[in-house]
Amino acid sequence: MKPAPFDYYAPSTLEEVLALLGQHGDEAKLLAGGQSLMPLINMRLARPAVLVDINRLPGLDYIREDDGMIAIGALTRHASVASSNVLKKSCPMLPHAAQFVGDLQVRNRGTFGGSIAHADPASEFCAVVYTLGGEIVARHAGGSRVIPVEEFFEAPLTTALTPREIATEVRVARIKGAAWSFRGIAPRFGDFVLAGVGIALDFDGEGRCGACRVGMFGVGPTPLRAYKAEQSCVGNRLDEKLIVELAELAATEADPSSDVHASAGYRRELLRWLVGWNLRNASRKHQEEMK
Amino acid sequence: MTRHIITVTVNGTLYTREMDARKLLSDFIREDLGLTGTHLGCEHGQCGTCTILFNGVSMKSCLLLATQADGAKIMTVEGLAKDGVLHPLQESFWEHHGLQCGFCTPGMLMNALYFLTVNPRPTDLEIRRGIAGNLCRCTGYVNIVKAIKAAAEKMAQNKGA
Ligand SMILES: Cc1cc2nc3c(=O)[nH]c(=O)nc-3n(C[C@H](O)[C@H](O)[C@H](O)COP(=O)(O)OP(=O)(O)OC[C@H]3O[C@@H](n4cnc5c(N)ncnc54)[C@H](O)[C@@H]3O)c2cc1C
Ligand code: FES
Ligand code: FES
Repeated sequence: MKPAPFDYYAPSTLEEVLALLGQHGDEAKLLAGGQSLMPLINMRLARPAVLVDINRLPGLDYIREDDGMIAIGALTRHASVASSNVLKKSCPMLPHAAQFVGDLQVRNRGTFGGSIAHADPASEFCAVVYTLGGEIVARHAGGSRVIPVEEFFEAPLTTALTPREIATEVRVARIKGAAWSFRGIAPRFGDFVLAGVGIALDFDGEGRCGACRVGMFGVGPTPLRAYKAEQSCVGNRLDEKLIVELAELAATEADPSSDVHASAGYRRELLRWLVGWNLRNASRKHQEEMK
Repeated sequence: MTRHIITVTVNGTLYTREMDARKLLSDFIREDLGLTGTHLGCEHGQCGTCTILFNGVSMKSCLLLATQADGAKIMTVEGLAKDGVLHPLQESFWEHHGLQCGFCTPGMLMNALYFLTVNPRPTDLEIRRGIAGNLCRCTGYVNIVKAIKAAAEKMAQNKGA
């Protein structure tokens, strides 16, 4: 339970970080909150030769509205996401989801950028950004690029970032209507979920569904969208019959696997239930809003 | 492996020490400073018994490198009692039997201390969620929750007085 040896750098400028990444490539690892990387290093499941600590970089801890999206600096701690008034107003699914991420100590140290870059298939933050839509700003020594979230998550713990890139900002779409819902099921409060679902829905004046997004997490190698369920929703009234149909459809779109925590079949069953629960919850919120 | 010199304040005392890059903050506190009140259960972030305050905020010291504490203010369980007088949290744990073997207690106390700064009047459920990152294998948590609730009342009274 002690780390293997490594060289450690804690630069105070982005340029130095990029130079170190350029020099060491995949020998190096960025260290943000360390709440995922340090356990791996302590257990020697990860043995990076070089650690580049980004905690001393200034100006990467912010949450602000930017061009119709919310921009979140990579070093924003989970606790700040949980308590942000900007997010509570414009993207309440994120602070809501934040309370389920780990525990108080983890939320005090873990960073938003780290959570997105780590790409755990059961990560709440990855799920919310994937569900609502967004993009990741990545910097490398030669410049920068913006990666749409649909192209970002490639496999468990694998993203489109190269070893020479750092994510500096994550942008997530605002939630326009009130009709959203987010819930996962975990063995204990704060554990990684066995399955989770996030939903954002628009309704037209007649109470029919407009644009609809159904995100699923913990039930595939990356966060997923239930595209077929989303399409079947549009233009229809969200009655019990449709809800059951949509839950069935979403379950066919998931790709869960079995591990010590739960079988694939159980995960799929949870997912079916969660899609139904979240659709009913979103629809109830909408009706309350209309009153 | 790189070596590093850090200056860090722990429980009000300033220390300057040299160490290997891979030294965990938890090991630094226990081995280099001899402050063995901070316990180690899992050393991978699961049990919370290594919880300390890092610049006033509760964190698991086994997931921090000692080098990261350069310039920081740290508080460990040894910093709670003042001049032989127990902190209200410690008193309450004593009065309500908030510990049995005591292994989890240092982390429980330090996390509760931070928790009460952000939520000075918590409900039982909020306390349970607040200490979700601290495992206790003995008490079943009921008396720990009672102790933290009683401490919150005591601390509010002390503030009012
Ligand atoms: C007990 C416990 C429970 C947890 N429970 C949950 C949970 O329920 N849900 C959940 O989602 N997470 C959970 N986590 C993980 C936690 O949310 C982490 O904070 C998060 O996964 C990683 O963020 P970090 O800042 O700690 O990153 P680190 O651990 O520092 O880094 C993680 C990875 O991302 C890379 N990285 C970090 N920042 C950047 C960046 N800016 N650009 C490019 N790469 C980067 C690192 O090189 C590393 O590979 C838990 C952790 C613990 C210890
Ligand atoms: S020893 Fe740090 S969390 Fe268990
Ligand atoms: S009192 Fe023994 S582990 Fe908590």
